[in-house]
Amino acid sequence: MSAAAIKVEHLVKRYSTATAVDGVSFTVARGTITALLGGNGAGKTTTLSILLGLLLPTSGIVNVLGVDILRHRYRVLSRMNFSSPFVDLPHRLTVRQNLLIYARLYALRNRRERIAALAEDLQIGAFLDRPAGKLSAGQKTRVALAKALLNEPELLLLDEPTASLDPDTGDWVRSFLEAWQTRTRATILMASHNMAEVERMCSDVLMMKTGKIVDRGSPQALIERYGRANLEEVFLHIVRKPDPELEPVS
Amino acid sequence: MSRAGRLDTGGSLGRIWAMLLRYLYLLRSSWPRTVELLYWPTLQMVVWGFMSQFLYVNSNYVFRAFGVLLAAVMLWDVLFRGQLGLSISFLEEMWARNLGHLFVTPLRPYEWVASLLSMSLIRVLIGVVPAALLAIALYHYSIFSLGLPLIAFFAVLLVMGWALGLAICGLILRQGMGAESLAWLAVFTLSPISAVYYPVSILPHWLQHVAWALPSTYVFEGMRELLFHKVFRADYLLTAGALDVMLLALGAWIFFLALRNARERGALLQMGE
Repeated sequence: MSAAAIKVEHLVKRYSTATAVDGVSFTVARGTITALLGGNGAGKTTTLSILLGLLLPTSGIVNVLGVDILRHRYRVLSRMNFSSPFVDLPHRLTVRQNLLIYARLYALRNRRERIAALAEDLQIGAFLDRPAGKLSAGQKTRVALAKALLNEPELLLLDEPTASLDPDTGDWVRSFLEAWQTRTRATILMASHNMAEVERMCSDVLMMKTGKIVDRGSPQALIERYGRANLEEVFLHIVRKPDPELEPVS
Repeated sequence: MSRAGRLDTGGSLGRIWAMLLRYLYLLRSSWPRTVELLYWPTLQMVVWGFMSQFLYVNSNYVFRAFGVLLAAVMLWDVLFRGQLGLSISFLEEMWARNLGHLFVTPLRPYEWVASLLSMSLIRVLIGVVPAALLAIALYHYSIFSLGLPLIAFFAVLLVMGWALGLAICGLILRQGMGAESLAWLAVFTLSPISAVYYPVSILPHWLQHVAWALPSTYVFEGMRELLFHKVFRADYLLTAGALDVMLLALGAWIFFLALRNARERGALLQMGE
């Protein structure tokens, strides 16, 4: 078994008018929570999309859970999952119907029991039979997490998991994810703009800027390296600094 | 690590069933949509039924076989509903911006297509069978009197509808939701040249060549041969079947090419209204 949950080498994604990801290489160790940080347009969502197989790169090697995802994505998709508050589950179906369908897509056997267990863990039981489009932002986030955890993924990719949540709900989601990761030893790679969240949850941070990884390390190591008080200041320093002063790291 | 009872033997069929279930849930969630499925085929049949009754005493064409217009209208609906049934299920995913969710699961594109085709068949049956039964009650005309050839006519038109539907979905994937109206309009382009209500010989000579390139023309000409002369034209059916295979391959090629292109452009996560 490969030690790395994710291994990316020389990843490039070019569109006709822009380069979204520019020769990125990185690894994510198994059983860790890693953050992908960067300003808008830094290449985070592009990188996540490539890891999920939703987007084909221009060039590069992408290995997920020991499998070349560009060649054999169907060997690994059942072992990973994804959640984003920006992509709702279909609105017209109830939460239960949505979860049942995704449970079938992941070929789960004990679907109803699994959904019942997740409903209890994520406190979504009260609205399982409500249309997914009629939920609050916090409820939608918990339902999206239930969908993402249906198959007990070894690798969970999250795109801003607590965006648009109030502080209380955001804290609840973070605590849940931490407890789930501790229990399952799964790997989480999350894109986030919430620096406090990253400091709290992540053991490793990949800093992206204009399609490149410009720095990486633990939140504490980055704070010390840049001589700042917190990760937010590090982020601002990197994002605002002119490009030539930051050398890409691999 | 426990993996939630994963990997049962359902595999591909299980995923196709999952998607079919999704479309059935959607259909069930809105009774107006179900009524709409029944409404147009029934309305068409009622109008053309009265027209047939009128023409039966005023036209030699309909007098020769009362059901010639009614059978045509119902069979045309198989083609139209077959295409629309596939396109609507596809559009449901676009409207819901659900492609990103679907394609991070182990669902293969061909499994999704299989579910779209299955749903198209279900929608056709829901729309056309009640209209056919009502025609028996109202006009004492049964399309089932066509016998076994009816199954062949139905299959050829349904597969042609699937081919058109796949090509249209491919264009929507490529062009975005601005091309959505194609799902409703495109098939009607073929109506005048498919010789649905009149023989192909009525068309201008040059247009007849185009008409004979369509599987639907062979079905409607074959239907008239059967009704007027009690002759089943197997040669028509074989030609229509061969054309269907070619059209379906072309439609599938356009669809899968567009899907790959959407993956190259990163459109799967963003696509929707």
